[in-house]
Amino acid sequence: MLNQKRFIVSHAPFWHDGSNITERSYHMILAALPATIFGVVKYGMPAVGVLSLSISFAILWELAFNKVSKEPLTIGDGNAALIGLLFGMVLPAGSPWWLVLVGTFIAVIIGKQIYGGIGGNPFNPIAMAMAILMLSWGLYIDIDASLIHYNFDHFALYPIGALKHFGPSSVEGVAVADLIMGNQAGAIGTTFGLGLILGGVYLILRGFIRWEICLSFLAGVLLTALMFKANDAARFGGPAIHLFSGYTLIGAFFLATEDSSSPVNFVPMIIYGLVGGMLTVLIRNIGAWIDGVFLSILIINTINPLLDKIRPKALGKVV
Amino acid sequence: MIKRSFFGLAKPRFVYESLDSPMTPERIPMPRKATLHFDQPLERRDALLLNPGDKVKTGQKLVLTEESEDYVISPVTGSVSSVSAFIGDFGASCTAVSIDVAAEEEIDSGFADVSGDVSLEIAARYLQHLPGNPPFKALTDPRTQIETIVVTGLDPDLLVATHQQIVQSKVNAINRGISLLKKMTHAKHVIIALPQKLVKRAGGVGGASGVEIRIISEDYPSALPPFVMKEVLGKVVPAGKSSTDMGVAFFTAEAVAGVAEAFQTGQIPTTKTVTVIKKDLSRMLVEARIGTPLRDIFAICGVTLNDRDRIILGGPMTGSSIYSEDYPVGPETDAVMVQDSAAVSLVSDYPCINCGECVRICPADIPVNMLVRFCEARQYETAADEYDLYSCIECGLCTFVCPSRIPIFQYIRLAKYELARAEGKIEAEEEAPVETTEEGAEETVEESQEETAEETDA
Repeated sequence: MLNQKRFIVSHAPFWHDGSNITERSYHMILAALPATIFGVVKYGMPAVGVLSLSISFAILWELAFNKVSKEPLTIGDGNAALIGLLFGMVLPAGSPWWLVLVGTFIAVIIGKQIYGGIGGNPFNPIAMAMAILMLSWGLYIDIDASLIHYNFDHFALYPIGALKHFGPSSVEGVAVADLIMGNQAGAIGTTFGLGLILGGVYLILRGFIRWEICLSFLAGVLLTALMFKANDAARFGGPAIHLFSGYTLIGAFFLATEDSSSPVNFVPMIIYGLVGGMLTVLIRNIGAWIDGVFLSILIINTINPLLDKIRPKALGKVV
Repeated sequence: MIKRSFFGLAKPRFVYESLDSPMTPERIPMPRKATLHFDQPLERRDALLLNPGDKVKTGQKLVLTEESEDYVISPVTGSVSSVSAFIGDFGASCTAVSIDVAAEEEIDSGFADVSGDVSLEIAARYLQHLPGNPPFKALTDPRTQIETIVVTGLDPDLLVATHQQIVQSKVNAINRGISLLKKMTHAKHVIIALPQKLVKRAGGVGGASGVEIRIISEDYPSALPPFVMKEVLGKVVPAGKSSTDMGVAFFTAEAVAGVAEAFQTGQIPTTKTVTVIKKDLSRMLVEARIGTPLRDIFAICGVTLNDRDRIILGGPMTGSSIYSEDYPVGPETDAVMVQDSAAVSLVSDYPCINCGECVRICPADIPVNMLVRFCEARQYETAADEYDLYSCIECGLCTFVCPSRIPIFQYIRLAKYELARAEGKIEAEEEAPVETTEEGAEETVEESQEETAEETDA
């Protein structure tokens, strides 16, 4: 038995389709780039600063946690970078540096790592970080307040903020095409609707996010907004402004679809998205906050484990 | 290796590659040494009926000890050179018997003397280990009442062409075998399951009355027995039951042809048809005596192996890898696959990210994302009670698509094994076969062969 060759023994199956987590993260980042680049062009160097700080600190927090907990390094899977990028995209361009640091800490450490890292988080890390920032430092992430030094050649107020405070008549002049093409005030990566939609469609076609969640989320927003509008057109805005401004698109394509905190079966995905979209408009129209996307995503994350119990009967299951 | 398609929205589809025409199998010459495996531990050497130096003849029934019911049919003539213990899958204790093959072949007359009596009892006594492993042992159980016999002409795993070959090249033998089986078992129906492409060329099969040809889909895993039950017979096997419990016996085409040959000639067939899947995924068919070391087959087929390559008995989705070129061809070895070290896919200890790829591809609709969490945490009872462990048909597709590269399939097999052990269906081993390491996947799941494999790391 001396001159035996040494073979690799392992278990079936002996093929793999080659997919991996790093690839998923990088494709999400790639899909988010058009909207991000648009934001950089629109808001200039402050946006570059927020994005760079956000991505680098998301990675550094994860690295620090890996070191402290003596676990294998996980920053190579690209998930921390993705969290940093998405978190930077939902911040206004004028955010102070400490807000980015605190926010990425909440997203990466409290939102993900203390639950056991990737795959273990019950809530979307970005939504959780933004919800905590909204409660704690609401003024700093107020879009209108932080964009006060910018001069825009378009409607200068945050559309859904204006809608909330001054009623639908205040945003009557805002064209849908302007919203989609990014001629609106908003957070760094959320103004360019077309970029977010293109990125989302790319991810759906490549199979990295599920169309069931995105489309039902948008359908939930659309239907609820239509119902409000039909009920009292003088008080509530139409579906276009709800769909294409605020955090709706980034929420539908990049946040609600996050793997760990979303369901995997067909019916649960549809309910999950619909409820998320409905809650978004409910909070915007009759809630206390200007935008309800993060809060509604946290709520649907909470019901996700229960929803995912709606599943097809397994082959040969008795009872 | 099939890669993920660019458009990942659609489910990947695997098609059984059917043989366009019967190939001419390469005949492997008689080996100089043959090895036979007994599924029973080597316990008391003094009670052994087989000892080094004993002469055996081709077709002779070999039994290890007086009290053992299991037997092996010697495929060669020669003298026993060694009897040794070895560790099989999941740490099972088995016994390997090596035979030095003699120059002159002598045929044992044990079976010829009784082959006039075509009965299940004779078949169970002599033909249980025919090439293709017919399920005669299950059939002689008085509690089972077999009503339907299904002959499968499509190999359950991808790329394997053994049964496709037999069903095209041995039509007459299969027809004779089917009539013999009907006579023995009193089965009311005989069904031949074939893919559409093979129906024309295997058309002569099932000329006898009461034999139906049914079409099975060419998409993997439609040739796995639970799927044939569902698609062809419209019967769903309840979780935890087998098809024999439902009165259905599965025979491979090779086993049916073997039954016919045995009763016609009075000699037990000892030549196995094996598909060799080479590193470039090209296929060859060979005919080798049972017991032939794989080394001989590789030499004839021009397969060269290096360190860190992988040898797989069976197909790419459900086979099992082995650690030595000296491993013999057995009656159930339908295929031997070799993989280059560059093509070897590895598992990782990353957690499940809940992407749902496995849930969507699972042909049995199992919540794999939940099941694997409970299996990883060794909560096997909950896995079985709430997350459909026993519905798994063991096709391996979940593991194929997992982006975290979790060895889900092996976790499921381990869970089933551990539950069977806890219920006392498998005798406890002296040393616990499952190491309780904290390191994650690799150690826990690779215990099956680690005792004998020198190097399993990657």
